[in-house]
Amino acid sequence: MKFVTEFRDPASVAGWVREIAHLAQRLDRPVALMEVCGGQTHTIFKHGLEALLPETVELIHGPGCPVCIMPRGRIDDAIALAEQPGMIFATFGDALRVPGARGSLMQAKARGADVRVVYSPLDALTLAQTHPDRPVVFFGLGFETTAPAVAMTILAAARAQQANFSVFCNHVLVVPALEFLLQASGLRLDGFIGPGHVSAVIGTDPYQAVVDRYQKPVVVGGFEPIDLLQSIWMLLLQLVEGRCAVENQYHRLVKPEGNSPALAALAQVFTVREQFEWRGLGSLPRSGLAIAPAFAAFDAEQRYCLPSQASEDSPVCQCGLILQGKLKPWECSAFGRGCTPDHPLGACMVSSEGACAAYYKYGHGGPRSPMAAPRRFAEASARPPLQSELAR
Amino acid sequence: MASSNHPSDSLATPPSNVLEFQQPQHRTRSSDEGYITLAHGSGGRATHNLITDIFLETFRSDALNALDDSARLDLALFMARGDRLAFTTDSFVVDPLFFPGGDIGSLAINGTVNDLAVTGAQPLYLSCGFILEEGTPIALLRRIAQSMKLAADTARVKVVAGDTKVVPRGKGDQIYINTAGVGVARSNQVPGPRYLQPGDAILLSGPMGDHGTAILLARGDLALEADITSDCQPLHDLAAALCEACPTVRAMRDATRGGVAAVLNEFAQTSRVSMVIEEAALPVRPPVAAACEVLGLDPLHMANEGLLVAVVPGEFAARALMAMQMLPEGREACLVGHVTKADPPVVILQTRFGSERIIEWPMGDPLPRIC
Repeated sequence: MKFVTEFRDPASVAGWVREIAHLAQRLDRPVALMEVCGGQTHTIFKHGLEALLPETVELIHGPGCPVCIMPRGRIDDAIALAEQPGMIFATFGDALRVPGARGSLMQAKARGADVRVVYSPLDALTLAQTHPDRPVVFFGLGFETTAPAVAMTILAAARAQQANFSVFCNHVLVVPALEFLLQASGLRLDGFIGPGHVSAVIGTDPYQAVVDRYQKPVVVGGFEPIDLLQSIWMLLLQLVEGRCAVENQYHRLVKPEGNSPALAALAQVFTVREQFEWRGLGSLPRSGLAIAPAFAAFDAEQRYCLPSQASEDSPVCQCGLILQGKLKPWECSAFGRGCTPDHPLGACMVSSEGACAAYYKYGHGGPRSPMAAPRRFAEASARPPLQSELAR
Repeated sequence: MASSNHPSDSLATPPSNVLEFQQPQHRTRSSDEGYITLAHGSGGRATHNLITDIFLETFRSDALNALDDSARLDLALFMARGDRLAFTTDSFVVDPLFFPGGDIGSLAINGTVNDLAVTGAQPLYLSCGFILEEGTPIALLRRIAQSMKLAADTARVKVVAGDTKVVPRGKGDQIYINTAGVGVARSNQVPGPRYLQPGDAILLSGPMGDHGTAILLARGDLALEADITSDCQPLHDLAAALCEACPTVRAMRDATRGGVAAVLNEFAQTSRVSMVIEEAALPVRPPVAAACEVLGLDPLHMANEGLLVAVVPGEFAARALMAMQMLPEGREACLVGHVTKADPPVVILQTRFGSERIIEWPMGDPLPRIC
């Protein structure tokens, strides 16, 4: 565990919190920073980092949860695939509970579809090899983080001529989403914490055009408390010094040029779609990946007839505004009432990386009384400190 | 066994045909002793042979040997120990059947023993019902029965009634077990989740998440290897020691499915109080912490099968902790937090950094995260 403990050291955390407060004071205006990746959102909630920041520094949780941005129509298509005769439908666990128009994959599984949770796309290929008489489809989703593994799997399937294997490709790209957010009206943002693991693949160079064009700083950050605090500090420092640049906090993993074998695999196996539908954001140009014609044999969209119908989100669900950072989860009228992790209306409540699920789980607003939260935390801090000579 | 339809009403005089079946010592006991067939569930000779050969021989209990439809137990034995009969049941379906630190058999015994123990009862007698899938190796069943016998002896309980059913191949997963248990409690010492009060101390008997993580890794589809053993163990001695050290134990629970998080939330809701726990005080073994870290899971949500969560009045915390630490199963017992007055009733975790977050009920099975 040494690999994480040093990034969670309470003394270091306290030190960075002090430095951030110092810069925030020098800046002397409210700033809004967006952490792009759902994994970063998860860390922020899990460790209660928001509560450690000065009041003038606001974190806005970005659209970087690949499960949350999956539109209902694509989930319906996934269920239609899973219900094909003889089908084994393999997916990452996160996607199981995402609601489509006809329920979730978990409900399809309960109705009899053979839906299996895998931990790697290669496991899905292994399923195809061990069940040569049955079609196997892997539900490919995620940003540039998971896409290379899927590309490598398709290459392996092509080498093995695994005719019963294909991929339902829903991979999306980070930079077009950032551009959309920056073009969108009504969103005040002072900078981005770039997604560390996506950037390990694509590098930091692709952000330069965004920074040049929109004049917002980007600091590519990691996923541990120290990573995020240091990234926030680096963004504030740029703002204090009036600079605007792409910087790399996560240099232990991220190189400016990215991971060239992974990028080569992406370029070989995928093409960029002209348009791709994002839940809540709408159709974004050149924001999603499709399987290239040379690998059409492994493209589930081409092999199977899919309903592919656009399907409206629940009218009370405001995932779209939440994904754009325009609305806080607890400001959604469905939050904690019609929409809970047990009965999610929108995907933000499903994935552990979704902002709504994170708020719900980690208690910012709480399930019962969103307005009770500030009072509760005030009470908690007034209580005598919890300590005992008995504690280990 | 209760499933056999032999009318007989005396423990002392077993039906004459039983003797015929009580010669299992001479039967072959190699791994090639065959497989469960539908005939083993038909109630005929095959059923009888299975019962006598596996269960009677393994459990060696007078009440079982009588092959009656129910066990009749001496009430005097109960009344000497207390004035409340505790009665519980639990069913066990685990994949894989064998895992580091236990198997479905030891789990079935300890699970019910612990359900009795945490209500302040001394467990005495158990029943066990088996649902067997056609095609299950009989050697496997024997191995599980032997594990149950060992666990029952360790916990000092007797298996006194049983039942066997067979379902066709594909309709079950080799073996499911239900155990019910009775024990004796005293009406002047009945802990329960509704008795918590502000100022109470929250104790854990050992590290969290061992069982759930061991099972997850034992399934083998994560391609992760770690030296993690299930904590499957009986807790009644620990519970008894705790009750002796602290006559006003507010509540006890063995934190099984849903983990410590589920227990604390249940306590908070039932008693309408808040539970405040300290992240730095929560015990987790390093390999469990590492496995959960890699998979994006929280040890607070992972299942345990031998972990006691106890709430005692604050002034008894030291005595209770010392009493627990005297026993091997409580050697690593520790204080993890306190009960506070609060509205709404929630479980609050104080992070190492001085911030707070709420620990919610776990949602379904823990699912590893995408990236």
